[in-house]
Amino acid sequence: MSDIEVPVLQDYVPTPELHVGAMAGLKPFKASPEHQAALGFPGTLVDDWKDVAIRRLGELVEGSRALRVYLDSCVKCGACTDKCHYFLGTADPRNMPVARQDLLRKVYRRYYTWAGRLFPWLVGATDLTEQVLDDWYSYYHQCSQCRRCSVYCPFGIDTAEVSMAAREILDSVGVGQKYCNEILGKVHKIGNNLGLPEPALRNTLEGLEEDVKEATGVDIRFPVDVVGAEVLLITPSADFFAEPHIDGLIGYAKVFHQAGISWTVSSQASEAANFAMFIGSREQMQKVAQRVRDAAIALKVKRIVIGECGHAWRVAYAFWSTLIGPLDFLDPRYPRPQHICELTEGLIARGALKLDPSANDDKVVTFHDSCNVARATRMGDRPGGQFTVPRSVIRSVCAHFVDMDPATIGDRTFCCGGGGGLLTDDLMELRVKGALPRLQALNTVVQDKKVTHMAAICAICKTQFSKVLPYYGLPREMVVSVHQLVGDAIVLGAKE
Amino acid sequence: MAYEVDGKTITVDEEGYIVNLADWSEPLAAIIAKSEGLEMTPNHWEVVNFLREYYNEFQIAPAVRVLTKAIGKKLGPDKGNNKYLYDLFPYGPAKQACKIAGLPKPTGCI
Repeated sequence: MSDIEVPVLQDYVPTPELHVGAMAGLKPFKASPEHQAALGFPGTLVDDWKDVAIRRLGELVEGSRALRVYLDSCVKCGACTDKCHYFLGTADPRNMPVARQDLLRKVYRRYYTWAGRLFPWLVGATDLTEQVLDDWYSYYHQCSQCRRCSVYCPFGIDTAEVSMAAREILDSVGVGQKYCNEILGKVHKIGNNLGLPEPALRNTLEGLEEDVKEATGVDIRFPVDVVGAEVLLITPSADFFAEPHIDGLIGYAKVFHQAGISWTVSSQASEAANFAMFIGSREQMQKVAQRVRDAAIALKVKRIVIGECGHAWRVAYAFWSTLIGPLDFLDPRYPRPQHICELTEGLIARGALKLDPSANDDKVVTFHDSCNVARATRMGDRPGGQFTVPRSVIRSVCAHFVDMDPATIGDRTFCCGGGGGLLTDDLMELRVKGALPRLQALNTVVQDKKVTHMAAICAICKTQFSKVLPYYGLPREMVVSVHQLVGDAIVLGAKE
Repeated sequence: MAYEVDGKTITVDEEGYIVNLADWSEPLAAIIAKSEGLEMTPNHWEVVNFLREYYNEFQIAPAVRVLTKAIGKKLGPDKGNNKYLYDLFPYGPAKQACKIAGLPKPTGCI
């Protein structure tokens, strides 16, 4: 971890002095021909890549009025420039959202606008060259599609859509990213991002039953493929594997147990994540989502509940009805689908959980809003529920809660630095630097408000923070799952 | 990138994970560890051996929690925790220990 120049945490994040080309060489590993083939993409760069790329760009613009508007309407006002965590952390001007988007926009302008075709030099339009393709690969993998810049854009240009389109074009010419594409292949082949086969899943969950029994004396089940269960839990596979995620899974199980709700996970759809969103592939996104519908029908469940996973909640909340809807076979009395925080908040509100917040008295907790939850979804039945519901859950189980700087939470939240398919070791420098704005705000409440823990509701955020906190001299253990706090506060046996 | 063991060249992927799992041997593990800046001790071997046993049964590395529990049982409760494993494998027990044990890299949001 020594060869990365780690930014110093200050009282605020200064707008950096520009460092042209600072991150130009950064490229994540490319997907192998096998990874590409599994998703139906060409294995290596196709001979006529230029024509294919330009054609694909045309198809995407033709198929999405939104994308066309995003490419047409930027006036380069500069409002987005200092809003991106990767720009603030790396000082590379191409990480200003406007500049990163322009890598695609200038090619769009050249081939698909009247002025760009006739007078390219007048309107900043350029030919698609190998250098441009290279820049796309590099810089569209330096955008976590968090959409913070979009909040500040007077036109509401959704930069994430531009990044997704660029990655989709790259895949179509045979240049895929290893991290995302290998993982999508595993989802199709094994059922989850991790590549966790069913026997391992069962073994892990049986182990958790033993652990919880040992710790609490209560038999809490972690059921797999139970036909007729009330709830199908769709959660990121990191919840079965990693720390601190797994403590969140234990929390969900305790909630279901005490509320008397029968539940199950599915060995076939043992993954909430849908990385197809990151690579902009509608077709892949549908295929990954379809597993969930199929599993829900096969298991005859009445409800689908989504665990702590940021982009999964976006896909479920915003895309499922189009991709795999209507979900009219589910019980209409509950949100279809429902977030685990909504479920827990509802149970707390009607007194269905016996809680002892003093179990968390050793902690002063803050909450990190995950970008996809914050800027693309809602929870509960009130505007802003995606901010208030998780906080209300935390406050019910923790006596000491404080928020970070208002400019860094809610819909202005900073990305953890590892979202959008960038949570890979080969992008560690970017991840460390991109975490700067969030960790600066965290460090301030650590210093001023004695915050000891930061809770999150996204597997990517939890892993990213566990990894990058030590670079900044903060302990990795300070990241916790919201449902770990809940699980620790539930008084088992009290309501049985 | 490749490792040399007893005159044999072992191919690895971009991240240093061996491509053919059958290529693994104890001398190779020591060489991979060295390239990671680690000296294998009996305690490192306990972890590596457990990972390999688990992988043989389940075709995947164990969850971190499963690993900590197993190590706690073998080496004593004071060692059955994350901190101890991070002391042994500073880049993280899941990824770094898997690399040395000759297992595929765990993928996903981990």
